[in-house]
Amino acid sequence: MLGVGAYRTRNRPARSEVLPVPIGQMTWTLTDHQGRLVRPSNWAGRPVMVFFGFTWCPDVCPTTLSDISLWLEELGADADRLIVALISVDPERDTPDVLAGYVSNFDPRIIGLTGPADEVAQAAADFRATYRRVDKEGGDYTMDHTAGVFLFHPDGRFASIIDFHEDRRFAVPKLRRTLS
Amino acid sequence: MKHFLLATTLIFSAPAAMACETVTIGDLTVEHAWSKATIGAGRPGVFYVEIKNSGTTDDALVGITTPAAGMPMLHETVVQDGIASMPHAMSVPVPAGQSVQLAPGGYHGMLMELTTALKEGDSFPVTLSFEKSGEVTVNVDVLSLRAEGPDCADAGQ
Repeated sequence: MLGVGAYRTRNRPARSEVLPVPIGQMTWTLTDHQGRLVRPSNWAGRPVMVFFGFTWCPDVCPTTLSDISLWLEELGADADRLIVALISVDPERDTPDVLAGYVSNFDPRIIGLTGPADEVAQAAADFRATYRRVDKEGGDYTMDHTAGVFLFHPDGRFASIIDFHEDRRFAVPKLRRTLS
Repeated sequence: MKHFLLATTLIFSAPAAMACETVTIGDLTVEHAWSKATIGAGRPGVFYVEIKNSGTTDDALVGITTPAAGMPMLHETVVQDGIASMPHAMSVPVPAGQSVQLAPGGYHGMLMELTTALKEGDSFPVTLSFEKSGEVTVNVDVLSLRAEGPDCADAGQ
């Protein structure tokens, strides 16, 4: 699977010059939607699926979470050991309570993570994800962010990315390879 | 008998859901209008629709208005180098003889300054302004935040 990652790197140099580091080498500390602290070590030995987004996002984020929910339903109990996390790139508005209200609309296995700005920045750096605040008129703002879904093997190695516009038929087979 | 016929007509003309309503203006057909429930009124809502142009003249969707939001705008989700952004779209082309979809992951209406939270099962009107064909209003069905599209018998998506 690392071969797939390397292949992507050659073809999309602007996107992923560097692959996400293994989960075990990540150093962020975030808070989940139930207020519990979560560290990468909590995910040891389990396959991981991570998506960056924010709850004010009207299109990309609910679409991705709807897709993820459908994949999880298709995988059924096979996905029960999978860690599925939305990491907010908008911690200013996405408190644990706000995330709790949001993720309750999707598959119950999806958790929301948020935290202080520097911890969110650390998580993005570890995953090689990027995000940027875009101010709009009237004091409102939105966020540009990495839209792909990151997959990691149970031993923490990066497996692959499911791109936002990738044919969704390939997502579940990709996930199955990550789970095993 | 007359009453029976009237009742039958009503049953068959009643759409299964508002989202399955079809409205036309000139050569344009507007259908499958839907939105997603929002958590509160602070977050923007979204508006999706399908527009068919059966004429021989290109047209364009240049704006939307609705009593449901103070600042409705046309946006396009763009994913470049893996990064999603959502620039404002000045207009959405509706070329002659073609169909255009405002759909998840592409063009969409962004409903900012919602007057009230959008709840699943509600509906609200959106008026679409076209460069050449003028204005037409369609009823928009609010589906769940998880919905991927309306469930219409004729939805050929």
